[in-house]
Amino acid sequence: MTSADVRLGADIGGTFTDVVLAVGDTLYSTKKLTTYAAPEAAIVAGLLDVCAQADVLPAQISEIIHGTTLATNALIERSGAKTALITTDGFRDVIEMRTESRFEQYDLNLKLPDPLLARQHRYTVRERVAADGEVLLPLSADQLDALVESIAAGGYASVAVGFIHAYANPSHEQAVRDALVTRLPDLMVSLSSDVSSQMREYERFNTVVANAYVKPLMKSYLQRLAERLADAGATAPVYLMHSGGGIISLASAAEFPVRLVESGPAGGAVFAADIAARYDIDKALSFDMGGTTAKICLIDGKTPTTSRVFEVARTYRFKKGSGMPISIPVIDMVEIGAGGGSLATVDALQQIRVGPQSAGSEPGPACYGRGGEGPAVTDADLTLGRLDPDDFAGGSIALDSQAAAAALERAVAAPLDMDIETAAFGVAEVVDENMANAARMHAVENGEDLSDYTMIAFGGAAPLHAARLCEKLGVRRLLVPQGAGVGSAIGFLRAPFSFEATRSVFMPLADFDARAVAALLAELEREAIGFVRTCKTKAAIRASHKVYMRYAGQGWEIPVPLPQTFVDSPTAAHCQELFESVYRGLFSRTVTGAAIEMTVWAVNAATAVRPVEPVVAAPPGAVATAMGTRRLFDAASGAWVSAAVIRRDSLKTSDVVRGPAVITETETSIVVSSRHAAIAQADGCIDIHERREMDGQNP
Amino acid sequence: MTANQATVAHQVMWNRLISIVEEQAQALIRTAFSTSVREAGDLSAGVYDAKGRMLAQAVTGTPGHVNSMAESVRHFIRRIGVDQIYPGDIYITNDPWEGTGHLHDITVVTPVFYDDALVGYFACTAHVVDIGGRGFGADAASVFEEGLRIPIMKLAERGTVDQAFIQLVRCNVREPDQVVGDIYALATCNDIGERRLTAMLAEYGATDLVAIAGYIFERSRAATCAAIAALPNAEADGTMVIDGYASPITLSVNVRIADDQVFCDYAGSSALDPKGINVPLVYTQAYSCYALKCAIAPEVPNNWASLAPFNVTAPADCILNAPDPAPVALRHAVGHMLPDTIFAALDQILPATVPAEGAGTLCNFNLSLRPVAGGGPRSEVLSFNSGGGGARPSLDGMNATAFPSGVMTMPVEATEHTGPVIIWRKELRPDSGGAGQYRGGLGQVMELEARAGYQFDLSAMFERVHYPARGRCGGKAGAPTVLERSDGTRLNGKGKQAVPAGQRVRMAFPGGGGYGDPPARDPAMVRQDLVRGYISAALARDTYGLSDATITQVLQRAVIDDSLD
Repeated sequence: MTSADVRLGADIGGTFTDVVLAVGDTLYSTKKLTTYAAPEAAIVAGLLDVCAQADVLPAQISEIIHGTTLATNALIERSGAKTALITTDGFRDVIEMRTESRFEQYDLNLKLPDPLLARQHRYTVRERVAADGEVLLPLSADQLDALVESIAAGGYASVAVGFIHAYANPSHEQAVRDALVTRLPDLMVSLSSDVSSQMREYERFNTVVANAYVKPLMKSYLQRLAERLADAGATAPVYLMHSGGGIISLASAAEFPVRLVESGPAGGAVFAADIAARYDIDKALSFDMGGTTAKICLIDGKTPTTSRVFEVARTYRFKKGSGMPISIPVIDMVEIGAGGGSLATVDALQQIRVGPQSAGSEPGPACYGRGGEGPAVTDADLTLGRLDPDDFAGGSIALDSQAAAAALERAVAAPLDMDIETAAFGVAEVVDENMANAARMHAVENGEDLSDYTMIAFGGAAPLHAARLCEKLGVRRLLVPQGAGVGSAIGFLRAPFSFEATRSVFMPLADFDARAVAALLAELEREAIGFVRTCKTKAAIRASHKVYMRYAGQGWEIPVPLPQTFVDSPTAAHCQELFESVYRGLFSRTVTGAAIEMTVWAVNAATAVRPVEPVVAAPPGAVATAMGTRRLFDAASGAWVSAAVIRRDSLKTSDVVRGPAVITETETSIVVSSRHAAIAQADGCIDIHERREMDGQNP
Repeated sequence: MTANQATVAHQVMWNRLISIVEEQAQALIRTAFSTSVREAGDLSAGVYDAKGRMLAQAVTGTPGHVNSMAESVRHFIRRIGVDQIYPGDIYITNDPWEGTGHLHDITVVTPVFYDDALVGYFACTAHVVDIGGRGFGADAASVFEEGLRIPIMKLAERGTVDQAFIQLVRCNVREPDQVVGDIYALATCNDIGERRLTAMLAEYGATDLVAIAGYIFERSRAATCAAIAALPNAEADGTMVIDGYASPITLSVNVRIADDQVFCDYAGSSALDPKGINVPLVYTQAYSCYALKCAIAPEVPNNWASLAPFNVTAPADCILNAPDPAPVALRHAVGHMLPDTIFAALDQILPATVPAEGAGTLCNFNLSLRPVAGGGPRSEVLSFNSGGGGARPSLDGMNATAFPSGVMTMPVEATEHTGPVIIWRKELRPDSGGAGQYRGGLGQVMELEARAGYQFDLSAMFERVHYPARGRCGGKAGAPTVLERSDGTRLNGKGKQAVPAGQRVRMAFPGGGGYGDPPARDPAMVRQDLVRGYISAALARDTYGLSDATITQVLQRAVIDDSLD
């Protein structure tokens, strides 16, 4: 029994439900198979498991923080509730017409993804608001009455309301909601002006439809979860991780479930941010590589960078534009189809292609010996000596090297007339290059150069590929934290309470209205803080403000953080100065003479991130003793080398492992390339540097 | 490095080059002012070897630059002269015949030096907001009226920008800050490419691009030629008539497959047009190659070698081989129709491969709004929209989706912020998709009006008013373009037309053609179309033979019976 602060993090992923219990600074974790029919069951099972490990009672838990892919899955699998959209007459097809473009230019048989709601479930009503919020056409009362009856007759569980320019004047949307709930008190109603008050009808309508579509499901799930947890004795309040990297109350989550869609990956980014904070690293690259995808995110100033729109449920090779846009505050991540299970093929150009098709965990890579026939990245890793066939998953799965080699021979080596080992190298190089290209593109979009970044790698496949990725990106330091297999759930425990309120208010800088700006920022601040207050936190809440700006004529707005001095007394000159400084940072120049405009305003209210225990990086000490050596292919030199093999749990603080080496653990291995050397840190992190730098430190 | 490992390195470098040009294009999209760049992706970016042969090109929104830019760099090398190329140089042109087909496209080329040796070039093109002259439209009688023409010249020499040139541009265009801003944006995006390329050379210990270029060209040529060689040696003609400006235009093509080459000739097409809808040959080649590649070798990335087996010619003085100084500003209006023309021929050689005809030319228009009271500035509102795609051999056509262009439409809410206009309607147009076993994509309907106190001129750039998209293999034609004012006055498909205050304009954009006989359509798909309102009850009955009883039952159960959709 203990008196320390006890908190629980639970992450429902596609395959596993990860549960982490923090008792003070000590972490206990478990993985359970996700129980799709009743997802809360795995959480309760995990909770009992970690409580037993830690010898605490569920009642001692003070906070439960939860993230889940359930909302995302419902969008991908189209398994949400029966939902209707009510929209402005003349705009019935906004969510179907999308951007009117093709996301793949050369495919004559391209199939566009179906909208979430088919056309017969989209209703229109005569009403119209202008861009400035003026009512051009009042809401038709007669039509509204008839419409409410149609919704009643249609048997809908949930309704989304999305009107043109509702972000500028929500009164018509609110009137529709009032009419609906008066007649149909059990109906769930989502308004676009509440869910995503931003200009651009396609994104906003799609977001409100997605919210309405998953709301019944999420609401009932969250209720059941709270009950089951209480039954198990855990009566602590339950909070939800949201896609913006913070946590919100159960009630807010049930109202805006669309904000939960990227909560798992967001937890991973927060986990990386926490490591960055402990090590006082200002610029970090979070690299999370699992079985199917890799996620890359920039952590600047110990905070993950955020965006206000992202795409979910991509249907075509993870291609941009093939999914649906959701405009909510979200951690800015790129996700590509590159994981341990990604399959390799050779195309008509005799080029090796890897992913996005994945062997998943069933049947898995060929080397799992469960019937997987295609060579996966894991098969290449095994062939290159990165994995130990006899010590994978703690020896529970014996990896079949011959099956891996045979799959590589059949699908890659034979078509290209090369040996199996080079084929394996080719597969690994291609997947690493794909990830490196995605990271570079992401950095360029953010005006960043990765060479002064530190990579933080987690997820099952990341430690096998991170060193090579660093070489490709010119990244000189790599941290592989402890607990990397349950990183997202740990991240939940590190996240602040937060809520971001956004609103589109278009304003040319030439017509800068200081009073209006001050009033708008104050209103957004009140709204955002109000949501955080519902979490009953006593912690101080800080608001941070930003506005999206561009030169008039550009279509791309850039986020400009607004310092408190601006918020206290906004001026046009200050605004211009702030914009130009950010613009120069991104594009290395400003455009003299061009008019400037502001489009979207955002205020994020958040409690302080829990103070971290700073880690003073341990200096390199004695070279650790290897338990043996293994033949390892070294990508940088393109040659087979003899690599030291060392167990991670045998390392003591300051122990040095010089590459080429493989540091093994239960679920994965950390590859230390010939160019690198690692230092074991007190918190279990493996801190990898370029050898020549460390040799300089410790001659 | 073993030979096998060199192959792996080349594979990775090829991927890298493609990624580099995508980064180059992204940087341009984010900084350009021109609506058509950012919304329509009307730009391109590419990397070239020292001989000016294209190694990789970003896949952007427009096929119009596919090989026009590929050709352009060799013109630059020839005009500038190899001995006059220095580190820090930047070159520029908007010549329609040595660039990408009209004055609005500015191409910027930057040489790349590595260890003091010239190793290659980066080039990029963007459509700028204005280039002076009469403004963007088809009304000029020659290219001289269409705006400022920049010959291939140095924008910068050894790092110093030619300020006299910048001044000249500034005083010749309507939006000098934006146009000059775009020129710098073009130069900047080439810089990004250059940095990445030199880093790649260093990483792989290469001193030039010769080996990787050889690898890319050899693989690309082999894959393209293999795809063509798999086709029968055959030839066929295709013809399509389109509205044109004042009189109809005939587009005729002969497509011939000879071993591992494709020959495509436009003999028999209409002569030059007096208006600015003529097409320089480079642009004809671009859309022709695009159509052929979609049908024959879609997987092979664009580069010098993968484009080489496609030979596209047109007789002198034909509308598709417009000579200097023909007016060419709206070359896209005709160019967008070339893929459907080619498909008409290709369908005879490659059955069940190409789609029926679609809307083709984008449904773009420009509004020039001004206060009724007179005085006050005008607002210009440009809008991109799409009709329906042609039905495919085993799929319906795409509703309101651009082809062959990759344009994106602008949000109505954004458009209404740019000027005093109200778009009352923008939604799918029922019954507009050509009937067939597979239905043509639906077009769309737009209705718009000036806000109170304003009137406007509509500059129309529409096709398919008189010649709707034809169906294939028994499929019916899509609905034609229909333009009218709320007082019932019909409007023309092309040209500037005044719309008085209080009048709305209703525009019905065309649907795609159908594929296969309508009676062969799966009844479940007919019912689904009816439930969704893609087709009316009358069409379901008359064209597809659904009984009245079925129609009534389907419509009654539309929202409660999920099995209908």
